[in-house]
Amino acid sequence: MNSVIRCEINGEEREVLADGRDTLLDLLRDRIGLTGTKEGCGNGNCGTCTVLFDGEPVNACLVLAGEASGARITTIEGIAHGNVLDAVQQALITHGGTQCGFCTPGIVISAVALLDRKRAPTDDEIRHAIAGNLCRCTGYDKIVEAIRSAASSSRASAP
Amino acid sequence: MKPLAYECPTTAADAVAALGRGDARALAGGTDLIVQIREGRKSVGRVVDLKRIPELTAIAQQPDGGFRIGAAANFNKIAAHAALANAYPSVPNSGRLVGSLQVQNRAGLGGNICNAAPSADAVPVVICLDARAEIAGPKGRRQVAVEALFASPGRNTLATDEILVSILLPPVRPRSASCYLRFTPRREMDIAIAGAGVWIALGSDGTIEDSRITLAAVAPVPLRTPMAEKALKGERPSHALFADAGRTAAREATPIGDTRGSVDYRRELVAVLTQRALLSCAKDLKLRITSP
Ligand SMILES: Cc1cc2nc3c(=O)[nH]c(=O)nc-3n(C[C@H](O)[C@H](O)[C@H](O)COP(=O)(O)OP(=O)(O)OC[C@H]3O[C@@H](n4cnc5c(N)ncnc54)[C@H](O)[C@@H]3O)c2cc1C
Ligand code: FES
Ligand code: FES
Repeated sequence: MNSVIRCEINGEEREVLADGRDTLLDLLRDRIGLTGTKEGCGNGNCGTCTVLFDGEPVNACLVLAGEASGARITTIEGIAHGNVLDAVQQALITHGGTQCGFCTPGIVISAVALLDRKRAPTDDEIRHAIAGNLCRCTGYDKIVEAIRSAASSSRASAP
Repeated sequence: MKPLAYECPTTAADAVAALGRGDARALAGGTDLIVQIREGRKSVGRVVDLKRIPELTAIAQQPDGGFRIGAAANFNKIAAHAALANAYPSVPNSGRLVGSLQVQNRAGLGGNICNAAPSADAVPVVICLDARAEIAGPKGRRQVAVEALFASPGRNTLATDEILVSILLPPVRPRSASCYLRFTPRREMDIAIAGAGVWIALGSDGTIEDSRITLAAVAPVPLRTPMAEKALKGERPSHALFADAGRTAAREATPIGDTRGSVDYRRELVAVLTQRALLSCAKDLKLRITSP
């Protein structure tokens, strides 16, 4: 049962043909080729499929494509500012907060959503914000460091 | 997985009609349902999304001071309602236990109730608060106690063409407090091995006038413990009283043993969690409790 989904993805209006069984993750990866968003578990536990849905982080594997109609979706492909990485992305590189990189898109989205809401999060708030994002490589300390430093560099450059 | 159609009615009556056409299930946040469908544990031809029905996502304080929580309002929206958080902090607090922030941006109280898992974390507290369920069906609306919605693990008592519209909380009783505590091996993103929700209301003489206790994950449905509730009534809060209520609740629990915990372990957890939840209520009520 195919239907046309109209939604905004990374600032662009899109019309996508999707099957009724497709999740938002299937729509992003398989229907329009935005493969930056990863599928780990497919059931809400790993967070590597995290995208912003109307500005809030959600697991794209737990959203049906139909639910996205009319929504504003931001994926990892929509986070950098032109050719300049977002402060969170740059800090993850600088602090070694990414190794194999599989969890990284989800971590970036969760961190960006946190910093949108809180300019100076505590380490506890950072850990809570990424509690739904599993990383099997870094041990999290470097990720937390990176997000903390991204927060302070964004504060320094903000008007 | 068979083909799946998606419908998104904008009124409760249309949702009821859509469900009445058969082979369909209501969809709130989807954090239980979508996984169940995709893993083949539920076979269904259509999902009826409730999130585009305004009254299902609204949260409002009522003229009498109580609250109406739309059955498809997500936990983050519930947590953001300042008056609700102020009146009943245990309601947003138990929602914060459900999965991650990503999950809480979709999942809500209505889905937690209707999914009818014995381990549902947001349910015990609303049962303790004597919440009522507003239900819409083909013949109109009806209300039952939230407690009456649970049939068996994974099964609620709604007809297939009924939807839960809202959860109704009464106005706050003076000198009352509530709390839900659970035990999980990991701090976040885990399922309760046992949980205990409690509510107490003090009389003007400082004794406990009324109490409710509801346990999670230690029976086929969220479990009230009438003997432990009775043990509290008319008594002055103390460590000994709360410890005794915890032990009584543990005897009333009917847990199963599985890989997550043995029967004895679950009972022990009930005793400890019930006692701690009561102590947390006493603290909220600024009581000075005599030491053990
Ligand atoms: C990673 C992860 C972690 C989780 N952790 C926890 C946890 O710690 N504690 C916990 O309790 N749960 C947990 N859950 C389970 C789930 O998130 C909760 O049960 C949640 O509250 C379900 O709400 P929902 O809106 O997503 O329900 P949905 O999945 O939309 O619906 C659940 C069921 O209820 C029915 N339904 C929903 N709304 C209505 C309605 N208004 N009327 C009639 N029927 C309805 C649906 O048909 C379906 O059968 C977790 C889930 C995931 C994926
Ligand atoms: S793929 Fe969505 S949470 Fe793991
Ligand atoms: S960098 Fe490999 S999973 Fe996080």
